[in-house]
Amino acid sequence: MTPLVEATNVTKTFPVGRNVLGRPRAWVRAVTDVSITLQPGETLGLVGESGCGKSTLGRLLLRLIEPTSGDVRFEGRSLLGLRGRELRGLRRRMQIVFQDPYGSLNPRMRVEAIVGEGLLIHKMGNRAERRAKVRELLDLVGLPPEAAARYPHEFSGGQRQRIGIARALALGPSFVVADEAVSALDVSIQAQILNLLQDLRRRLALTMLFVSHDLRVVEHLADRVAIMYLGRIVEEGARAAVYGNARHPYTRALLSAVPVPDPTRKAERQHLPGEPPSPVAPPPGCAFHPRCPFAIDRCRTEVPELLAGRGGHAVACHVFPVE
Amino acid sequence: MALLSVEHLTMEFPNDGAPARAIDDVSFELERGQVLGLVGESGCGKSMTALCVMRLVPTSGRIAGGRVVFDGRDLLALPEREIRTLRGARIAMIFQEPMTALNPVLTAGYQIAEALRIHEPISRRDAWGRAVELLAEVGIPEPATRAHDYPHQLSGGMRQRVMIAMAIACKPDLLIADEPTTALDVTIQAEILDLLRRLRDTRGMALVLITHDLGIVAEQADRVAIMYAGRIVEQAPTRELFANPLHPYTRALLRSMPSLGAHRDRLEAIPGNVPDITRRPSGCSFRDRCALATADCATAPPALVPKAPAHTVACINV
Repeated sequence: MTPLVEATNVTKTFPVGRNVLGRPRAWVRAVTDVSITLQPGETLGLVGESGCGKSTLGRLLLRLIEPTSGDVRFEGRSLLGLRGRELRGLRRRMQIVFQDPYGSLNPRMRVEAIVGEGLLIHKMGNRAERRAKVRELLDLVGLPPEAAARYPHEFSGGQRQRIGIARALALGPSFVVADEAVSALDVSIQAQILNLLQDLRRRLALTMLFVSHDLRVVEHLADRVAIMYLGRIVEEGARAAVYGNARHPYTRALLSAVPVPDPTRKAERQHLPGEPPSPVAPPPGCAFHPRCPFAIDRCRTEVPELLAGRGGHAVACHVFPVE
Repeated sequence: MALLSVEHLTMEFPNDGAPARAIDDVSFELERGQVLGLVGESGCGKSMTALCVMRLVPTSGRIAGGRVVFDGRDLLALPEREIRTLRGARIAMIFQEPMTALNPVLTAGYQIAEALRIHEPISRRDAWGRAVELLAEVGIPEPATRAHDYPHQLSGGMRQRVMIAMAIACKPDLLIADEPTTALDVTIQAEILDLLRRLRDTRGMALVLITHDLGIVAEQADRVAIMYAGRIVEQAPTRELFANPLHPYTRALLRSMPSLGAHRDRLEAIPGNVPDITRRPSGCSFRDRCALATADCATAPPALVPKAPAHTVACINV
């Protein structure tokens, strides 16, 4: 089966600062040599800590930013050569939901205009049809039709996130990137939105990249999981494989750091000394080696390749390669 | 005698008509060396409770009743001069975002030394030496060098460590930590929580840990108080609370959390939203989201009553 979305050896570097001549002082590698595929209907959870490049990767897959090198394909067609009408046509099919339900909605626009903006831009239907479509979308995300006439500030955080989801779904996308879409919400509201996303991806057969720092939330929603550290994917596989049989020391440390709501279970924490290094000057070899309790000499010089084993479970580690 | 005893604390903001109660009749106790987890969602009053204990009430608000008894003295009745000698020395507080609590133009070492010099007769040189020791105690590598760093030169986790060093500088009996790890990555969060636990063990310091994360509470707290819409709705020893949650809100909160290794297809979300402070329903504030609600829930806010040893619940239907 052709993957819906496929990134091959994608790298993205950003300039940092400017010297007096206007040239960048340094380059930061946000994403390094990442290859990833999403099959139609699949949800891939992309997990990592701040600055690991997960949001950049999400934007690269949507071609909201251009990769420095590598290729991104949508239904087998490269996005990189596309211009004008062709690109706009594909844009309808891929959408994003942002983290901040406060900052991502225009406060001066009514919900009607926010949700219907894409329809208008893509000249879909006449006015009456668009009105009807907006109400249908509001219903889909659990908001009453009266919501259309109101402004974002009249809604709570959870309701705003529903508006953001309705907007993303307006053009009937097949691929949605949810970038920390529930991270700003309270627990009781977070569960509502997670359930909504779960329902929607089934009803609409959505393919989803679910970007999050929260392993608990990702386990709930994802079919497959990829763990990123400093711009690279260090482990990837089916949800059960990554959560039940994590190989990479970083994945295991992440899992052991999650607080468990069970006071009878003593946390057996795997300590991670230090902090993630700067992506401007990543350490040689495996970027995780300065914090890794298992690092050997080879880890300090040679970047481990992401190698797949049984069932597609892939690990980039010299010490704990995939079984 | 308890180190801290909050009794019927009520705090309100002026509003058209009846004042809006940010904290409504909140009572709890904390023994020396104990950790109390204060849990709730945004706007439930947990941070405001902490500020009232420090007597740092926002100027627009006022404490409308109750007492905050710390080591035998009612903090709400003390003159401002006396509360200042307590604040930072015997009761200290750390916040979610250390960047806003640290002065950006002063070095980490200077700020810790300053905290010491305000409360103790100590020379500049000795204070600096103590600051470096404190940085070492909170796990900052090369403390003598890092003491010269400005806050922006430190990572988020390091800043939180500096703030903790500053807070524990005068050996407080009570530390109030308001969402101390919410802004941090999960691996850094784990390290900071371990640090707080170690400090509490080595220094016998009591801790009020304010968080929205029941996982953190389960790992860290001896007792838990669950807040909803300005009131404590359930309070119990941690093991008891997780083994036998009674209030419908506590139960719903536990069920709505995704938790590791327990993959479920759907979470049991709590319907509706947390009510706005000015538009809370009469009687029990949770009643319009509650599966057990009856007509009687609308009459008066339910009182906290004991249902098991040391376990109190504010619900007329359990």
